[in-house]
Amino acid sequence: MIQLKNINKYYEDGFQALKAINLTFEEGKVNVLIGPSGCGKTTTMKLLNRLTDFTDGQILIDEKNIQEINPIELRRQMGYVIQNIGLFPHMTISENVATVPKLLKWDKQKIKEKVDALLTMVNLDPDIYRNRYPSELSGGQQQRIGVIRALAAEPSTILMDEPFSALDPISREQLQDELTRLQKEINKTIIFVTHDMDEAIKIADQIILMKDGQVVQKGSPQELLTNPANEFVKEFIGEERLGNALPPLSEFIIKDFPRISMEQRTEEAIDLMATNQLVEIPVVDGKGEYKGIVNLYQALNNKKATLAELVDDSIEAITRKVDTNFLMKKFHESKLMIFPVQSEQGKLEGIVEREDLYRFLQQFYERKSGGSVWN
Amino acid sequence: MELITDYIAFWQDKYDSILTYTYEHLVISFVVILLSIIVTVPLAIYMTKMKNEKIKNLIFNIANVFQTIPTVALLAIMIPLLGIGFIPSITALFLYALLPLLRNTYTGIKSIDPSIVEAAKGMGFSTFGRLFKIELPAALPYVMSGIRVTTVYIISWTTLAALIGGGGLGDLVLAGIGYNDKHMIFTGTILAIVIALILDLIFGKFEKKFSKA
Ligand SMILES: Nc1ncnc2c1ncn2[C@@H]1O[C@H](COP(=O)(O)OP(=O)(O)OP(=O)(O)O)[C@@H](O)[C@H]1O
Ligand SMILES: [Mg+2]
Repeated sequence: MIQLKNINKYYEDGFQALKAINLTFEEGKVNVLIGPSGCGKTTTMKLLNRLTDFTDGQILIDEKNIQEINPIELRRQMGYVIQNIGLFPHMTISENVATVPKLLKWDKQKIKEKVDALLTMVNLDPDIYRNRYPSELSGGQQQRIGVIRALAAEPSTILMDEPFSALDPISREQLQDELTRLQKEINKTIIFVTHDMDEAIKIADQIILMKDGQVVQKGSPQELLTNPANEFVKEFIGEERLGNALPPLSEFIIKDFPRISMEQRTEEAIDLMATNQLVEIPVVDGKGEYKGIVNLYQALNNKKATLAELVDDSIEAITRKVDTNFLMKKFHESKLMIFPVQSEQGKLEGIVEREDLYRFLQQFYERKSGGSVWN
Repeated sequence: MELITDYIAFWQDKYDSILTYTYEHLVISFVVILLSIIVTVPLAIYMTKMKNEKIKNLIFNIANVFQTIPTVALLAIMIPLLGIGFIPSITALFLYALLPLLRNTYTGIKSIDPSIVEAAKGMGFSTFGRLFKIELPAALPYVMSGIRVTTVYIISWTTLAALIGGGGLGDLVLAGIGYNDKHMIFTGTILAIVIALILDLIFGKFEKKFSKA
């Protein structure tokens, strides 16, 4: 985990490039830095491998002060794809890719296998490209080499400064997918700079939107899309994308939905459901913690049973952080009319009604398509 | 027709001494080039790492001063200082070669794409590793082109070494002037040109090989 605490950065000419930056890059997550040109994305990135120093504040890498880590060793453990590719012109493609493994004195055979595997991964036939020089590759091909060069020594953290900017849309998508797959597979911490909001939304676990050396908003793509902090964020994300995003789950939670306590009698539960015209009701314990759901018909059929016997505790509650899409899938897979939402501490927060969500979706897609898809 | 047979007869008669002059010429040129490479290339590398602009400018200015002195004058100055012969010739030509080599090597290293240097830093090269594995090899095409241009100059300037008793093809030309012998003048000039052209060609090949990138 990498933490930036209250970082300020002044360049030698007195220009303040970063202002009170607080960030956490968690292990195994894709963090995307995005923002207008000159907002300090590259500067932020270069702090992490000590290519520049900050003026004040603190950076911790796995709880260790970055200034106590030898910069050379630090850099060898961090992959780095620089903004302008920067392939070494006098080295062949395979020598370029093998740079850090060689510095780390890997076995020759192992290096060769790694290089070939990486070339294959980015769709460049090793037999054709291995011995070429960078100038004999197209811009997009060079960029792919820049990316795999950073991956070669299997670093746990990878810094990528606009790594896909010179690629055509198809190869770009391919590499984005590849990156997402890779990162799931080997759990790398990725810090990724881009100008492209679609790219950010697609690959990010955390998006950090910057402006004039400050962090304007950080959060999951969903959070930014559904809760843009201010006009600048809205503008940067764009009307189009904002309109396309489903609202967060929290908007559908009905907090004052009736609930029944485990100690109450079954008849009380039946009464409560009947009065409110419900077929399902969530059950909580004395502390308000979610325990399961009781179905009206089952209660009617077994009036003698206690609630503890009737409750279906196989239905797991979700938290409000869950994606709206995910809940839709849950509803699809079950016959439930309601879905319980619980807080991190396990307390029942409320429920989401199937009908409510579906009604919203219908309106949402009608509005979007300007017509009626559903009839 | 007569012209050609005459000239062939001249070669048959003199080829021994012609070869000696050529050999001397090559020796002087190579010693000068080698010396100047040994001195300038490390100096230029050091200068690229130097923060102090003043000292850098001073070095360039000194090298520049030698350049601006007319070749003949510089050779003449050597006589009171070092006398005549091989050593003063080498010294004068060496001073002459400083600037083009220094400038080419310096700008060569300076003109490496900064993103290459940054990538090398970012990948964890030490300062020395970076210099020898990345910066110098990447600058080699520029350095080579500096060496090539300077070599061609040196071959031509070496002709003047004869003025202070350095020997070489200049001797042939001077003698030709003295005896009013067209063949001698012509041969000395042509050989200097041919040597320069051949070396230019060879270095050009090298340069191409290095600048593959
Ligand atoms: N060495 C430097 N000296 C002075 N100012 C600098 C230096 N490097 C960058 N800056 C300034 O710091 C600011 C942030 O630069 P940075 O490279 O981090 O921007 P960026 O967000 O990466 O922009 P882009 O999207 O264009 O790459 C810019 O205003 C830039 O002019
Ligand atoms: Mg940048």
